[in-house]
Amino acid sequence: MTIPTELKYTESHEWVKDNGDGTVTVGITDHAQDALGDLVFVELPEVGKQLAAKDACAVVESVKAASDIYSPVGGEVTAANEALDGAPETINEDAYGEGWIYQLKLSDPSELDNLLDAGAYEQVLADEG
Amino acid sequence: MGSRTPLFAEHERLGARIVHFGGWDMPLHYGSQIDEHHAVREHSGVFDVSHMRPVDIEGADALPYLRRLLANDVAKLKQPGKALYSCMLNPEGGVIDDLICYYRGPERYRAVVNAATAEKDLAWMQEQAQDFKVSLTPRQDLAMLAIQGPDARTKAEPLLPAALREPAMALKPFFAAEDDDWFVGRTGYTGEDGFEIMLPAGQAAAFWTALLDAGVTPCGLGARDTLRLEAGMNLYGQDMTEEIGPLESGLGWTVAFDPKERDFIGRAALEAKRERGDLQRFVGLLLTGRGVLRSHQPVVVEGRAIGEVTSGGFSPTLQRSIALARTEPAVGDDCAVEIRGKAVPARVVKPPFVRNGAAQITL
Repeated sequence: MTIPTELKYTESHEWVKDNGDGTVTVGITDHAQDALGDLVFVELPEVGKQLAAKDACAVVESVKAASDIYSPVGGEVTAANEALDGAPETINEDAYGEGWIYQLKLSDPSELDNLLDAGAYEQVLADEG
Repeated sequence: MGSRTPLFAEHERLGARIVHFGGWDMPLHYGSQIDEHHAVREHSGVFDVSHMRPVDIEGADALPYLRRLLANDVAKLKQPGKALYSCMLNPEGGVIDDLICYYRGPERYRAVVNAATAEKDLAWMQEQAQDFKVSLTPRQDLAMLAIQGPDARTKAEPLLPAALREPAMALKPFFAAEDDDWFVGRTGYTGEDGFEIMLPAGQAAAFWTALLDAGVTPCGLGARDTLRLEAGMNLYGQDMTEEIGPLESGLGWTVAFDPKERDFIGRAALEAKRERGDLQRFVGLLLTGRGVLRSHQPVVVEGRAIGEVTSGGFSPTLQRSIALARTEPAVGDDCAVEIRGKAVPARVVKPPFVRNGAAQITL
């Protein structure tokens, strides 16, 4: 399982990329996509929607089950990855790249400090066994 | 830790994702459930189904015993090797389990029951056997593989014991041939052609490996579930239960009410139900809106719940979500399914959804 060091993480297996312009990109980790299995449907958040940190904001469905995606930080949704509509398997193939789920304009950039770094996320995975 | 089949080490070697199922540690998939599904529809796949339990039923009363025990009538089985699908009912007309029963010769039958229910089934079968001259022998010494797909039989043929090759290839659907402890049935749970093979547990790993070497794709329980759903085949515990009987699970065709004098367990309850009428319907659903159908989602018409999804999922062949559902008798052609609080439109269709690689419904 890869855990890129330049990203931040949550205990619920989302990743966050700081785009450096007040926005972030959010997706699910390689571990999450592997645990879910083949993805068959993604319900994206609406652009313009206001989210608070830990809000359930999207759903990914695998062959097995549906799983909520929780927004790692608060803000306004600025983009959703519409390409996932016809190709949810992109998340399985490239969880940290083409498989991004949405972008957010941060309402409080200091919330980024609450997220896990790669080392801490690796520990979360180790603790889950 | 659950029970392990004779092929557990092979599954681990292949990097299978292992899940707990019916008391067993079984492979869910070996990487991609969807790829495994397509392999069975397009070429061939092999499933370890050794968790299922063969039970040999032998003795002078084997026939009258099974005619009492099962809702379908084994007296229909005249030719050795012929198989029959049946429900085993409780006196209230609910389903204890569904099974396949093979006629092997006079006074000799073999039933294959589900893994999760095997102990319950055996206790029930023993209890019912008390007034009959019959012996029940669970065959845990046998492994069981399902080889399914358009290429399955030709891939398996050269790997069978020499004496079984010709008889196995000559089998008509729903017939079996046997030699020593090898038992080959032209049956399955995928909607494709193929074999289900019982063989001595000690020979299972070599046979499995030979099939893989011949290019047959190893497939897990995940693909088994999406394949059977596309084929419109019921799953015990989901589509029918001890509370919900065959007449409301699309299995009325498996209940032999004729001859009228055959007093099978559950008969009186089913007849009373039939007389009362107003039976719930068991239908297929094709989701026309966005989302994935799952068990227990409510089926809704004009804002009113009229039923429930019993098995749902994503169909890799149709690239749509499909389901089996139980509804009030008067369901029309259109309905909605409530997914996360939203009513998503669906169409009522007649299963199967897919057979022999081809769609059976219009999308």
